[in-house]
Amino acid sequence: MFKVLLSRLGQAALVMLVVSAVSFVMFRYVGDPVATMSRENASVEEKAELRRSLGLDQPLAVQYGRFLTRTLSGDLGISYRNQRPVTALIAERLPATLELVIVATILSLALGIPLGVLCALKPDGIAARLVQAVSLVGISTPTFVTGIVLILVFAVSLGWLPSFGRGQVVDLGWWSTGFLTVSGLKSLILPGITLALYQLTLIMRLVRAEMIDVLSSDYIRFAKARGLPTRYIHFRLALRNALMPVITVTGLQIGSLIAFAIVTETVFQWPGMGLLFIQAVSFVDIPVMAAYLLFVGLLFVLINTVVDILYAVVDPRLRARSA
Amino acid sequence: MNAHSIPVLAIDSLRVEYPLANGSVFTAVENASLVIRPGEIHALVGESGAGKTTIGNTVMGLLEKPGRIAAGTIQIDGKRFDAAKGSAAGIVLGRDVGAIFQDPMTSLNPLFTIEDQLMEAMRFHLKLDKAAARSRALELLESVGIPEPRRRLKAYPHQLSGGQRQRVVIAAALSCNPKLVVADEPTTALDVSVQSQILKLLRDLADSRGIGILLVTHNMGVVAQIADRVTIMHRGKVVETGTTQEVLRHPKAPYARALIGAVPRVDRRLDRFPVLGDEGKGRAEEARAELREKAERSEDVADEAPILSVENLCVDYTTSGWLPGSAGHRFRAVDGVSFSVRSGEVFGLVGESGCGKTTIANVVSGLVRPTAGRVLYRGRSIAGEGATHRIGPLRQAIQMIFQDPYSSLNSRMRIGSILSEPILFYRLADSRAEAESDVARLIEAVGLEADAAQRFPHAFSGGQRQRLSIARALGARPKLIVCDEPTSSLDVSVQAQILNLLKDLRDATGLTLLLISHDLAVVRQMCDRVAVMRQGQIVEQADSETLFDKPQHPYTQELLSLVPTLDRIRGETQAA
Repeated sequence: MFKVLLSRLGQAALVMLVVSAVSFVMFRYVGDPVATMSRENASVEEKAELRRSLGLDQPLAVQYGRFLTRTLSGDLGISYRNQRPVTALIAERLPATLELVIVATILSLALGIPLGVLCALKPDGIAARLVQAVSLVGISTPTFVTGIVLILVFAVSLGWLPSFGRGQVVDLGWWSTGFLTVSGLKSLILPGITLALYQLTLIMRLVRAEMIDVLSSDYIRFAKARGLPTRYIHFRLALRNALMPVITVTGLQIGSLIAFAIVTETVFQWPGMGLLFIQAVSFVDIPVMAAYLLFVGLLFVLINTVVDILYAVVDPRLRARSA
Repeated sequence: MNAHSIPVLAIDSLRVEYPLANGSVFTAVENASLVIRPGEIHALVGESGAGKTTIGNTVMGLLEKPGRIAAGTIQIDGKRFDAAKGSAAGIVLGRDVGAIFQDPMTSLNPLFTIEDQLMEAMRFHLKLDKAAARSRALELLESVGIPEPRRRLKAYPHQLSGGQRQRVVIAAALSCNPKLVVADEPTTALDVSVQSQILKLLRDLADSRGIGILLVTHNMGVVAQIADRVTIMHRGKVVETGTTQEVLRHPKAPYARALIGAVPRVDRRLDRFPVLGDEGKGRAEEARAELREKAERSEDVADEAPILSVENLCVDYTTSGWLPGSAGHRFRAVDGVSFSVRSGEVFGLVGESGCGKTTIANVVSGLVRPTAGRVLYRGRSIAGEGATHRIGPLRQAIQMIFQDPYSSLNSRMRIGSILSEPILFYRLADSRAEAESDVARLIEAVGLEADAAQRFPHAFSGGQRQRLSIARALGARPKLIVCDEPTSSLDVSVQAQILNLLKDLRDATGLTLLLISHDLAVVRQMCDRVAVMRQGQIVEQADSETLFDKPQHPYTQELLSLVPTLDRIRGETQAA
């Protein structure tokens, strides 16, 4: 186990090195920050001065070395656009995205697992057929369409819920939360649903397929032959086996939700990481883009490692194999 | 046993039907009757599709939808089974009826401990509290003979061997003192030595606790060893029933005679396996002759040297250790094995699971690299020391037939493409048309119709698929075929046909076979020479007649004594 963990960490370090190289190359070759930042009619001297102050006149290797040392010490540079440290920008935006993702994940697990079980247990029932049909729509409709439709119905026509922003937030020092105010909670509902929808259908379909598989296995037949109650067999025995792959998928999905909540955040003007990234792209704000890249890479590496460990916790066979 | 006691199971003219999608009805069981008294083991025998498992499932209330009881009655311990509800009033499945399934590897849930799985039924049916259930679970494990039961309670299924798992399954079946146990092929997945222990255990349980056991099996040897009465089924109908002695010694129905005749014998060698009705042979023989002719055109000069020699072969499997740098656990699967196979003979490798026989097959066919030693094909090294990289043409000469005909044929490919693959890969045909005619010839040579090429594997039965696997192996025009348990997943009568086919092909095309099997009877019938393996080593190697008649090594003697055969019938040994 320890050895497995160590090798995972080694792999993680390697992945992060590659990601940092890519994000550095972005610095160097994507667009010219000087051109974007300086006035339209700036003189050549002015531009050269700016270039020097940004450190862009140094040799490549020196720049990469500086980049690495700075990154490791937690300094991700200064946003070209906002003229503020990127770390501070991310720290400011991260709570918004994380809260949205937490809501979406809980929503998709809380609905996806029971619905998946329902579809597996009564595959020919009306409810299961309906859920299946609706889920097909859910999985094939693009996020921005769902988001806009939800805004149209619940914010514009019915006026029940706000259509954009986080509402009122409470500052807890380094974390600003929308969970503590009514308007904050109300603002979470629509973007939460929009973001959860795809994941929900995915989890539902996965649970359904796994559950059907597990229910036809010998050990479930053996449990039936021992006369155990049906509910016990379905929910205590079979569901646990069926949830194994859900762990992996949920882990990976949390990663991509955080990293790519961009569309949802744009539709709802959610002040999160995605919106930060979109703005960075349109202004060629390379330090922000590079930091974002690093952040997403780190996130996926972390989540994958956690998933691996979780797997060993749930499945005793893996514990033995790595021991 | 008291003949007047209430039978634990009484089935009377039972009919089980499956309505089909097109409106017609498939009758799985027709007019079946049997009675089991307390302490009696009643064997239900037949080939796959005979309806024996359907009867077992019906009794357990596990009949799969849309199957239904169309007629007849089932009484469990005197209580009438309600066809509509699929259960009998006053009879609780798991409490009064216990179940033992075929494969102990899959009948326990891998995510729960042995303790969890033993205790749950007791807690639901007997309303025991946790402590009481746990102490009873411990008693049960002791009574089924599991070593260190206290420690095993906390174990997960994967930490136990197959035999131990089957004991746990039996303990679970017994946990609520059932009157009747339905055992569906309880020893089919186990080695002979474990099988004999489990059978003894079942017999003891019937004798000491007065449990009635419905034993569903296809193995006549098992029946002979422990059953009191036998019912033979064929295509849903009971063809013969009676005491074990009557039925096995003097079968009356022609099917029963044929079935008993098809059982490979370990005590003497027959020329061919008796089979039920020989298939159209003329075309098959022609095709084989053509195959031989084709093969000879490309034949290199056969010399006297052994076609295959294995020299001091060692194979290690390693697992990584806990800490970085620690060596990890090393397991020697094959430990200094040497043998040689002469051209044109059938060489058998026998042993129990885990003895390394399949590893050797994998080394010979190039799927596993040896740790030490080497394998020579016609004097040239093909694996291990001195093996060259350019062994493609040598690979062609050695082909393999796998155990499971269901997973060894790609279900997405037509038979024609599967069979033409080796032909095209080794450029054995000049054109696609020639390859196609080769495929047709191959299919005919294994006794199927040439139009099989157009179909997908799922259209064929297990036996037919195994024939196709053989055809695929023949397609590469091999000199040596490695057969890894080629018939262990097949019915006896199908096994007899496949083994006859292999014999015929050997005679017709001069093939050499390396036959790997755990079934001593099959090995005796097929092989010219045999090596017995145990824990990675060959303990005895001899001509098959010598080995079976005068086994030298104590392990061989023990193995032979454990094989359930038709010569040791329970009623008779008791009388003697």
